[in-house]
Amino acid sequence: MSFAPPLALTQNSDFVTACYIVAFSLFILGIRQGTHPRTARRGNMVAAAGMLVAIAITLSLDVIGNGALILVGILIGTAVGVVASYRVQMTDMPQMVALYNGVGGGAAALISWSEFRHVSAGGSSIPLDIFVPILFSTVIGSVSFWGSNIAFGKLQAIIPSRPVQFPGQHIVNGLLLAGILAGCIVLGIDHDSPSQGLYIGILIAAAVLGNLFVLPIGGADMPVVISLLNAFTGLAAAAAGFALDNVVLIVAGTLVGSSGTILTLEMSRAMNRSIANLLFSGFGAASAAQGEREERPVHSIGAEDAAIKLGYADSVVFVPGYGMAVAQAQHAVKELGKELEKRGVRVSYAIHPVAGRMPGHMNVLLAEADVPYEQLEEMDEANAEMPQTDVAVVIGANDVTNPAAKDDPNSPIAGMPIIEVDQAKEVIVIKRSLSPGFAGIDNDLFYEDKTSMLFSDAKGAASDIAAQVEEL
Amino acid sequence: MSLITEITIFVLAAFVGFEVISKVPTTLHTPLMSQTNAIHGIVMLGGLIVIGSADDSLEKLIGVIAIAFGTINIVGGFLVTDRMLGMFRGRDRKAKPEEPGQ
Repeated sequence: MSFAPPLALTQNSDFVTACYIVAFSLFILGIRQGTHPRTARRGNMVAAAGMLVAIAITLSLDVIGNGALILVGILIGTAVGVVASYRVQMTDMPQMVALYNGVGGGAAALISWSEFRHVSAGGSSIPLDIFVPILFSTVIGSVSFWGSNIAFGKLQAIIPSRPVQFPGQHIVNGLLLAGILAGCIVLGIDHDSPSQGLYIGILIAAAVLGNLFVLPIGGADMPVVISLLNAFTGLAAAAAGFALDNVVLIVAGTLVGSSGTILTLEMSRAMNRSIANLLFSGFGAASAAQGEREERPVHSIGAEDAAIKLGYADSVVFVPGYGMAVAQAQHAVKELGKELEKRGVRVSYAIHPVAGRMPGHMNVLLAEADVPYEQLEEMDEANAEMPQTDVAVVIGANDVTNPAAKDDPNSPIAGMPIIEVDQAKEVIVIKRSLSPGFAGIDNDLFYEDKTSMLFSDAKGAASDIAAQVEEL
Repeated sequence: MSLITEITIFVLAAFVGFEVISKVPTTLHTPLMSQTNAIHGIVMLGGLIVIGSADDSLEKLIGVIAIAFGTINIVGGFLVTDRMLGMFRGRDRKAKPEEPGQ
């Protein structure tokens, strides 16, 4: 079917460029409004409007053809996107983000493949300033697609979230990377008539690398991986912009690249580990081995005792972790918070930057449960108030509260900033058993005199305590 | 556009990105990530452009998949961000009716 675009504008005409400038300005404004919860929703719409402008003007370009196919692609994509985003549970948000990130990377790689076939079929030499971005976008897009899929699989528990390792893994990854680089150089030297087979080989090698690169990374390190893959997809989109000579792709892709990079750095700082260490050390697997733990007595309590401690406190801080997400306990926790507030207890929530499986995961869950964002405190703020806090309640968090991070220089988590619940006057830990957290190490917090353990699942415990508080 | 112009744009955009995004509070990191996720769906424009010159069925197939992927990324990303941000409420605000799909 032939399809004549309504205006038949050329890509770099002033009018089209002006529209692209409007589009990326709207992206920047949209992100800027994302700095406050009050304006963030409008900001998201502003960015979406920018996207509409960019798509509409691109559809009027003279290079547009195969309109029926475009329509098919857009319809399929819209249907899947709408259904998925309305059906996803808030606890599953990290998977959703991984998946969307993956399709973005996949799109970048496919577009580069198509562009490669197109420019190499012409018979004339391909300029390097087009060729290099094509190869970059192919490799990074493909790594991002496959890596995101593995991350999705781990978060969805389709594949084990434990680090999957095999001997010589780093050597294999290193060889793959070297092979990809060598292949790209050969293609570059041969840019008069580059080999299609070699290109496809690079595409496949990048796919394998994407899989192998995320497989050994454990569940609790996912916030870093997701941020990094987000940056990758952004850079792949920017590279596609270089290849296609398209300004809005360059700007938008670069913005996302910056955002992903910032988040990656923040997450690795919150774990006190370098990015190289996170990506290449298979943290959980290494330290789980040294698990000889002596039996130590703990102080165990029931919901009733916990209700008394909480009900008669002046201030209570909840410290949520991934366990709260797994148990879907955010609503129960919020109800407990509400009961306490009715009695005049000051309630807040202390959130560690890497609690959960993606940056800000806990905040979204508590927002879903209708906790006002003013009550959500960042780590530093919460730690400053901790000595004046009567009771700290740890729900489904473990390593991020472990005082060994401060006290024991030999601990695998030494130096990691933690929520210092051990500074509160009393601590209640809601947990199913004494089993160690992701880092595979014992938590001394459980054995302190001021700590009471409530052995139960997070959701049941929170509602039981709330019921008891109501009767006080 | 010359390569050097493109590099200029790239570098400036990187600085703007760092400036704007470092101001986003940790509370909003998930929506930020999902919004920027939606923004990189812009790569779908590339699909719109390349499918125009697709001559064999393989290229057409690649193009359709790329456009579908990019559209999922854009539509899904913005909608899910909107859903999340709709839940962030301050103390003084009354709860709004639940979004569909809860």
